[in-house]
Amino acid sequence: MFSDYSLAELSSIFMMQGFAGLILFSVFVLMALGLAIIFGQMGVINMAHGEFMILGAYVTYFTSQFFLNYLPSLFGIYFFVAMILAFLAAGALGMATEWLMIRHLYKRPLDTLLATWGLSLILQQVYRSVFGPREVGVELPSWMMGSLPVTEVVEVQINGLFVMGLTIAITVAVALLMYKSSWGKQVRAVVQNRVMAGAVGINTEKVDRYTFGLGCGIAGVAGSAFTMIGSTGPTSGQLYIVDTFLVVVFGGAQSLLGTIASAFTISQAQSTMEFFLSGSMAKVLTLLGVVVILMLRPQGLFVIKVRR
Amino acid sequence: MTTSAPTSGRTFFLRPQDMIGIAILAILLVVVLPLTLDNFRLQFVGKYLTYAFVALGLVLCWGYAGILSLGQGVFFGLGGYCMAMFLKLEASSVENTKIQTTPGIPDFMDWNQITELPLMWQPFNNLGLTIVAVILVPALFAFIVGFAMFKRRVGGVYFAIITQALAAILTILIVGQQGYTGGINGITDLRTLHGWDIRTDAAKTILYFVCVGLLIACILLAYYVKSSKLGRILVAMRDKEDRVRFSGYDVASFKVFVFCLAASLSAIGGAMFTLQVGFMSPSFVGIVPSIEMVIYTAVGGRLSILGAIYGTLLVNWAKTSFSESFPELWLFGLGGLFIAVVLIFPNGLAGLWQTYVAPRLGPLFGGSAKRAAAPAVAE
Repeated sequence: MFSDYSLAELSSIFMMQGFAGLILFSVFVLMALGLAIIFGQMGVINMAHGEFMILGAYVTYFTSQFFLNYLPSLFGIYFFVAMILAFLAAGALGMATEWLMIRHLYKRPLDTLLATWGLSLILQQVYRSVFGPREVGVELPSWMMGSLPVTEVVEVQINGLFVMGLTIAITVAVALLMYKSSWGKQVRAVVQNRVMAGAVGINTEKVDRYTFGLGCGIAGVAGSAFTMIGSTGPTSGQLYIVDTFLVVVFGGAQSLLGTIASAFTISQAQSTMEFFLSGSMAKVLTLLGVVVILMLRPQGLFVIKVRR
Repeated sequence: MTTSAPTSGRTFFLRPQDMIGIAILAILLVVVLPLTLDNFRLQFVGKYLTYAFVALGLVLCWGYAGILSLGQGVFFGLGGYCMAMFLKLEASSVENTKIQTTPGIPDFMDWNQITELPLMWQPFNNLGLTIVAVILVPALFAFIVGFAMFKRRVGGVYFAIITQALAAILTILIVGQQGYTGGINGITDLRTLHGWDIRTDAAKTILYFVCVGLLIACILLAYYVKSSKLGRILVAMRDKEDRVRFSGYDVASFKVFVFCLAASLSAIGGAMFTLQVGFMSPSFVGIVPSIEMVIYTAVGGRLSILGAIYGTLLVNWAKTSFSESFPELWLFGLGGLFIAVVLIFPNGLAGLWQTYVAPRLGPLFGGSAKRAAAPAVAE
């Protein structure tokens, strides 16, 4: 399949597809980060994760509308406000979910899967009834439009670059929070040994609630970033949920580094193959590859040894 | 675990209350429903019953053995597609398709510039081979997946996610390979089975009774598995896998077996679905239908063979009637059902029955004097 292209063309193709893959990578990482926290640290399967993301996307859309109508002079910076609001909204909904539902189910991980799937159906219908079934898209501020030429044939979009930058910033923030702050230490202590963590005075219930809230909040931010590169509908979240779970499992559930590495591998494999094969075959081959590797190496790419 | 020990009243492998339960279900399906419902509604029930095969498989696989598969739609679809391929080939005889560039192949292949029947389709010219394929192809697929995963002790949540991914993969594959599978529309316009027109009302009624017969047979099979030593091992494995392993049992093989059995049951349902509804499409394969099939089982009671059948009928009946009158409410209802069945009544309808109704009805209906507590749902 490579013989039809010259070497220079091939390298451009790989660069362009590589860049497209990087945008996909950013979305995967943002979604998977929240999921990795919830699934990896708490063992809860949150099938409604995509819907938390879409909540963030809708918040961003309405913030952009608000700025457009009432504060047009500040439109250039609306995204940053929207991101914070999205984080808060999704995080609050996440904490409410944890309190009402998840905390009763910590001993039955498979049941969290079913319950959160139910939640995702309800949220989808809420979005459809409240916001309408049509997909909405935000208007980008002028500084985010256009593209930067890298070589004569290769151009990169500024909004894509922005999403990537945002992904890096959030990843670094999460890593610092989990591995350098005292709160992160508490979370990891609860994961490793809940009873002991409680015995040394950590309020494990509170840690659980905030961890779940944080994971959902990050999903909200992911939704915010998502609006930069695509439109939002009530069921957009469901499209990504399986991919994201595979990313998290493939990377090794408890490892943030693993999540990033596997998001990179999967997104690059998919977008590079997409150029040469049809989109659906690229996706089939990528997912199949992941599933086969997981059968051979069920613990994922990176493993953190935790004493149970 | 309170799997009841063999009691003195047990004949063969059924307890008296099981026999009464099966008899009531059989009377309901064979006599009551056909007499009270018109043809149109009865065909709906027939369609629901095909999902009951899947629910039955899930009771064995999920309820008893603790393996939650979110990919049962894959097996339902494989069975359905095998049957649909046979019917499609019969409907695409040379005289029926003489306007095509290549007569004698299914119409969608012709549209996709395929000029001869692909090798994959060749066996489906023969009904016998098709029936074998309906049962064996999904079982083989389940064997490969199960063997690879259970031998490496992948289970629980990981297994659920991977089976879900398989459902996604198969859907994308079917939609993408339009020329070989009919794409997103599926395989439609099925007409006859060995020259017997399956589209008439009379034929559909006969197919309904065939479906009920098969379902009862499968229920008996499920009871047999449940009451056998194998069934005990499955339950033991679910509750304390390590102990069973240390006692010298090969845990993985038992899991592979029950997963394959569930796959074959689902596939029979899929094949009956194709026969009764007259088409098969990827919309019955993917993630959403697969997880809905799990909810049928959960609503009926994941530990109850008969409960799962009633759960399937009830959820589907609710779905149809809600979607007719309040389409926007249905997703709320279904979502609420998922949450309620997990949080409030994890043993489903069967659990409610055993806790509240059966004790008042006397021993023949399962309310023994000791009042065996409903077994708790294991994680």
